[in-house]
Amino acid sequence: MDDFLFRAVLGGLGVALISGPLGAFVVWRRKAYFGAALSHSALLGVALGLILGVNPVAGVLAVCIAVAVILVFLRRGRQLGSDTILGILAHGTLALGLVAVAFLETVRFDLMAYLFGDILSVGVEDLWLIYGGGLAVGVAMAALWRPLLAATVHEEMAVVEGVNVTAVSLAFMILLAVVVALAMKVVGILLVTSLLIIPAAAVRPLSVTPEGMAGLAAVAGCLSVGFGLWGSMAFDLPAGPAIVVAALILFFVSQLIPGVGRK
Amino acid sequence: MPSNSDILIEAKGVDLSFGGGAVLNGAGAAVRDAEIVTIIGPNGAGKTSLVRVMLGLLQPQKGKIYRQPGLRIGYVPQQLSLDPALPMTVWRFMALGVTRGGRGERRRAALEEVGAGSVIDRPLQELSGGELQRVLLARALLRQPRLLVLDEPVQGVDVTGQAELYRLIGRIRDARGCGVLMISHDLHLVMAATDHVVCLNQHVCCAGHPESVTRDPAYIEMFGEQVAKTMAVYHHHHDHAHDADGNIVPLADGGAQGEETAQEDGVKLQ
Repeated sequence: MDDFLFRAVLGGLGVALISGPLGAFVVWRRKAYFGAALSHSALLGVALGLILGVNPVAGVLAVCIAVAVILVFLRRGRQLGSDTILGILAHGTLALGLVAVAFLETVRFDLMAYLFGDILSVGVEDLWLIYGGGLAVGVAMAALWRPLLAATVHEEMAVVEGVNVTAVSLAFMILLAVVVALAMKVVGILLVTSLLIIPAAAVRPLSVTPEGMAGLAAVAGCLSVGFGLWGSMAFDLPAGPAIVVAALILFFVSQLIPGVGRK
Repeated sequence: MPSNSDILIEAKGVDLSFGGGAVLNGAGAAVRDAEIVTIIGPNGAGKTSLVRVMLGLLQPQKGKIYRQPGLRIGYVPQQLSLDPALPMTVWRFMALGVTRGGRGERRRAALEEVGAGSVIDRPLQELSGGELQRVLLARALLRQPRLLVLDEPVQGVDVTGQAELYRLIGRIRDARGCGVLMISHDLHLVMAATDHVVCLNQHVCCAGHPESVTRDPAYIEMFGEQVAKTMAVYHHHHDHAHDADGNIVPLADGGAQGEETAQEDGVKLQ
């Protein structure tokens, strides 16, 4: 295998492994649109990072957290639905990002690579970032698992039982922002959400417990990366979209499976 | 409202309003060790709000809340609408409220205590109303609570199942000696299952033993003279019992039903 392909596979698998459990929670907590808003805002983070001369990943994190805070603030108004607010934030921040990119004339900036991913250019440095960041997110998720799951099942019951729901939700949001930043290189800003929700949704019919679904989602994500990269090599397809198409095929196939334990 | 050392939880003089509309006006309630307290009142009386204030889920504009330090609360919410996307068996759900002590045999024992041992491997989303209430109760019990809080515990349960559920709550109190705080808008069945009734309509209209409350002018005014007059605590005998779904099961079956199953206490409209 060529070195670049080897790195692409490793990078893709790393992102898929951590996207599985996070994506399961995105699906359970109905945060698909929130994930989309976060990922769309990531371009603005990249541009700001480059303008200010800091690491683009730090820029992504800062903008994602700002979006989450603004979201909480806007929801207080109670006059607009969450989908409207999230739509405004997603596309507003994407437009802001595209405008900000225009200020980067002096920097070589491959917009398409950020929008649609550039997995075949994953370098050793990116691998360190993906696996280091992925490991950190994994450890944090393990620690958060029980309280986050309790808060997802019934928020008030969790509060009465001593879970700090606000802190747990905030921590989950930050972890999601980290995963968006990590996955950006693989499938691109516009398709990051798909890597979170499609594998998780695909394995729902096969799952009996939350932990099972999170694990299977990681496996489904890895299969999507494998098939997608194979398709990309065999048919000369763009790699990021090919991975998402592979996940999509898995999803439709899995919907034909009758649910486990259902009569 | 006397303040004793065995008080588990108490609210006094609670004022609560949402966006200008008053929900509670000087309301309060207290639960002592091994006491069953039921809050009743018409829709919109603020029953759930008062309990939410007592649990610390809502911040009142005014009022004093006392919770015994270190009080372990088992909370059975009004409803649990689990997202269909979240796969969850009863077995897995049971362990969610405890950091330790959720080992297999403890979980099974708690489910059997409430007569829900048979649903242990079922997905939570497929349970009937009665089964779900029992599972929620079992999960709360697994936490070894000093205080059980139940918000409309018989919602979505048919009448025979309701009577059985109230008797079950009484048996749990007898066996564990924990305090119980319940909300109900159902007058008929709850009266015989409770030690103390708080009649709430934004403020406490009247409170006391169920039989004295039903004679209270404030109570009669709230629920109408006809209803109050025709209410009476009654006893009758059954030649069968009911499971969590209200299905008829023979008495000799034992299991979930205790020996007092044969005698049903309730209040009926004559």
